[in-house]
Formats: sequence, C-alpha cells, structure tokens
Amino acid sequence: MKEFIYTIKDAQGIHARPAGMLVKLAAGFESKVTIEKDGREVDAKRIMGVMSLGVKQGSVVTMKADGADEDTAIVQLEEFMNNNL
Amino acid sequence: MEALNGKSVFGGIAIGKIRILSKGDRIVKREKIADTAAEISRFEAASEIAKQQLGALYEKALREVGEVNAMIFEVHQMMLEDPDYVEAITHMIAGQSVNAEFAVASAGDNFSEMFAAMDDDYMKARAADVKDISNRVVAILQGRHDGSVLGEEQVIVVADDLAPSETVQLDKSKVLAFVTRHGSTNSHTAILARTMNIPAMIGVNYADDMDGKLAIVDGYNGIFYVDPELQVVHDFEAKQQEEADKIRLLQELKGKEDVTIDGKHIHLYANIGNVADVAAVLQNDATGIGLFRSEFLYLGTDTYPTEEEQFLAYKTVVQNMAGKKVIIRTLDIGADKQVDYFELPKEDNPAMGYRAIRICLKQPEIFKTQLRAIYRASYYGNIAVMYPMIISVDEVCRIKQIVEEVKTELDEQGIKYGDVEQGIMIETPAAVMISDLLAKEVDFFSIGTNDLTQYTLAIDRQNSRLDDIYDAHHEAVLRMIRMVIENGHKENCWVGICGELGADLALTETFLKMGIDELSVSPGYVLRLREIIRNTDISK
Repeated sequence: MKEFIYTIKDAQGIHARPAGMLVKLAAGFESKVTIEKDGREVDAKRIMGVMSLGVKQGSVVTMKADGADEDTAIVQLEEFMNNNL
Repeated sequence: MEALNGKSVFGGIAIGKIRILSKGDRIVKREKIADTAAEISRFEAASEIAKQQLGALYEKALREVGEVNAMIFEVHQMMLEDPDYVEAITHMIAGQSVNAEFAVASAGDNFSEMFAAMDDDYMKARAADVKDISNRVVAILQGRHDGSVLGEEQVIVVADDLAPSETVQLDKSKVLAFVTRHGSTNSHTAILARTMNIPAMIGVNYADDMDGKLAIVDGYNGIFYVDPELQVVHDFEAKQQEEADKIRLLQELKGKEDVTIDGKHIHLYANIGNVADVAAVLQNDATGIGLFRSEFLYLGTDTYPTEEEQFLAYKTVVQNMAGKKVIIRTLDIGADKQVDYFELPKEDNPAMGYRAIRICLKQPEIFKTQLRAIYRASYYGNIAVMYPMIISVDEVCRIKQIVEEVKTELDEQGIKYGDVEQGIMIETPAAVMISDLLAKEVDFFSIGTNDLTQYTLAIDRQNSRLDDIYDAHHEAVLRMIRMVIENGHKENCWVGICGELGADLALTETFLKMGIDELSVSPGYVLRLREIIRNTDISK
C-alpha cells in the first residue's frame, strides 16, 4: 500500500470538475484507490463519495493506492493533485 | 408595475414577455413490483438512455459554452454511473420490491439532501445536479419527453430553478434573460448565463400568474420589473441602446489609433480618481491616464498619507498601465475638498482661498513627500506630473526648485527614478493670460475647464441658482483655450484638456481644429471620442 498526504490549494476545493477528473483517473487503476479527510475514507473511483467529502481549500487529505499497480497509481495521483488542486 | 428585487448574476438589460417554465410536478407513485430483476433492467435501460442524452448535451454545450462549462454533463454521466448511486437504487428495488421510478426519485432525494446539508455553497449547488439526473431518469422511465420548448417569440425565461441540462437545452436565440426563484451565483445556470452573455437574476420571488406579462430585467441593479409603465420601458430601451452602442464602439474601435483623417495623432487619455479605476481605463482602451487625481490618498483618512503609501499607489497604477503615460496631479485639497487634519481655517471664499499648490508651496514638507513618492514610482513606468491652480511664473520656478531638491535627495540616497515630464494645470484666467511665459518653463499644459469656466465667468459652480447663466460653451472660455494652445505650441509645449469640456462631444471637432494635442476624459467617454477623432479632418 502506498499513500501521500496533500493539502488542497485550489480556492474552490474538489468541486465537480476536478472530482470528475480525479474519479476518471482513479478508475483507470487496478488498485483500490481511496481518499480520506478527517477520518472519513471514501472510494476515489466513486464521484458521489468524493464530492460528499466536501474537500475545500486548506483541507488535508490522504490518498492511498493498494494493489498491483499502486506504484504507478500513487505517482500519477500525486501529480494530478499537484497540477489540479 | 411591480419591482421585485433579486441578485444579479450577469449584467445587462432585457425587455420582453415572461415565460414561466414549470416543472410539471414530478409525481412518482410507489408501486409494488413482483419481478424485481425486470424492474432493475428497466432502470438500467433508462439510465443508458439518460447517459446518451447527457452525451449529446455535452456536445451541444461544448459548441455553445466551451469545454470548462460543458464538463458538468460529463460529471452528470459519472454520477449516473456511480456505484453508490446505482446500488442505492438497485438495492431498493430488490430489497423493497418497489418500482424503478420511486427508487430513482428516492435515491435522488437522499443524495441531494446529503449535498444540500454541506456547509459549502458550491457543494450545495451539486444537490441540484443530483436532482437533475434523477429527474431525467424518472422522466425516461415514465416515457415523458423532457426539455422545455419555447415558442417563436423571444421571452424572459422565469423558473423556480433551472437545472444545467434545462439551460443548455433551451434555444438560446429565444431567451432574452433568465430569472429564477432559487439557484446560487455558483450554479451552472449562472455560469452558463455569464458565458452566453445573457442577463440573469436569481432569488426573485415571482408570482405564477405573471406568465405572459411584459417585464424588464435590470441585470445591473438586480431588479425585475413586471408590468412596467411605458415611460419605464422607454428609459430601459434607451439604456439598452446605450449598451449596444458601447459594445459596437468596443468592437469597432478597440485597439484603433487616435488619429484624424488628415493624420494628426491625438493622445486620448482617461481621468481616474483611485487605483481601482485603472481597470476601466484599460477596458475602454485609453492610451494613457491624463489626470490621476491624487486626493483619494488624502481624503478618508485622519492623517497625512506616508511616502510609502503614496509610492505604492502610484507604482501600482504605472505598472498596470505598462509603459503608457500616467499624469499625476499633485494635491488639490481645499475649496470643495476639505480634509480635517490639514486644519485649514474656515474661509469665506474657499474657491479663491488657500488650496492646491498654494498649500504645497507654504507647507513644502507635504509637497516633498508626494514628490518623492511620484519620483520613486517613475522608475517603474512613464510618469508625468502636473501642478494645479497656477497663477504665476514665480510659482512654477519655486516648484522646480523643490523638485530639484527632491531629486538631489534621491540621488544622494541612491534611489532611482525616471524622466518625469513637468506640466501645469491651466485653470485660472491669470495662467491663460501669461501662458506664453509659462510655456517656456514647462513641458505641457492641461486645461482644467471646470475651474477655468467658474473663474472666467465669475460663477460659483456650487450655486445652483446660477445654473441658467452658466454657459459651458461661453465664447470667452473657448477663446482662452485657443490662446493657451497657440501660446503653448510656440514654445513646443503640448496642450491638453482634462476638464469636463474635454468630454463634450459637441466641442471635440472645435478643439481638434484649435490644435489640441491631448484629451483626457472619464473612461466611459474614450471610445466615443475616438470615433469623432477618427472622423474629423482638421484641415477642412
């Protein structure tokens, strides 16, 4: 299992558009991908769950990837967060 | 007439008939289903059609409002595919033996309530998205056709709330404006309205019997007028025309040179009163700032502004103007602009009293602070300075001496500054009469027509009883302007006008023929003047 912690910089947080992009990316991996905020962990491949976290600017989230392609997944996820959020 | 208040999400004016779109209350009955597997298949088939519809909407939105705004329909597709959402529906059908319509509507309500409960406006708006996709699936299950069809006439679309899919589906050529009771400035309808340049208001508590009535959307002030009186309609038509003219001017004249038919280049500048006004200057495409009133730094505070505060304000403006000329007028306090901490004694006749350059020359420490700030900022762009209320050559010589002192100080401190053109305001008859002498001392003249007219005609600007004899086009004033231009030009001193007369379109041609080099006006007048300049032939 691989993970990283990220603090959201985007002023609007994970709103609809980046949530959609994140879910699309996560769905491409075989590994289980999760995102956690304040002790609540959701499946990053499910958009309702991701949006329901209410991730805002300044929120600290933990992203985890667990499975065969976890190394690639975690690198790409971190890159996505850095570029979009 | 009724005037309803609301919140404007996109400015603009629309006049037309109201068309209320009612959702046709979604009636979903709970029914007992025997074959739950078949019911789940029904749901899956409907969901598939919904996804195809959303795909088509995405394509339409992509063409009409661009990828960023179209993305919402892709997100809607993902929501429809979301296992949490799908499972909530299929489990309900299987577990409770209910019909697909009821299960979809319930899941839609549950998820939208979850979003609606969040403390974030943007996420609350997502509640509408979930409702929207659920309604779509229910409509398909019920065999209803969705989409709001408008007639041939252009209308103001009024609704409780508009889902993004509804907004995009509407034939935009028939929509004059959007008015909704609910919705937020973050809602997609608001975003789409802005992208499509359609006036829009939210939070308007309209009545259902308003359908078909004439109405006006004032998107600038957030007011929705229903059944307006004829006069009000005329007023708004005039405003609409003004707006249309402005847009036409912008399209035709933005980026064009300020040059007459026979080839004389005119400096067309704008007047500003604070740092934020620069936005309007750039928007209206002025090629510089011909009058930067520095009073805002002194007014509204209870102590003298520091050199640093002034420096930052000037620097911000010149940097935003990116190399275009910025003419700063030094302190013009006194007369109708009073500041407590200056502790100026009450005067019987302040217009002719202790004001402007008179203060600066008597209290040079105030003057020097401002000059230092101006010179320091000049390093960052193209700054010129001008001095108000001049009546004598001696004043100009004393100013120049103080300027030299300031420059020497800056040199000693190793602080860099640029070349600062030196000019004076011509706003007293005295300055006009000796403009031949003053021209030898400075680089430019800027004629302040408001004060010049008041002093020439001996009419107090503040006295409304004299309005009928206050003639802005008085021959005496026009002759003075001509004299200043001629005297200035003899000494290679360029001449501009920064008072209200500069924006008087009836006089523009006259000024151009007199040989004016610069006109500085409120930002909103710039393009109208440009139009006249480009259509004037001075030689004729």
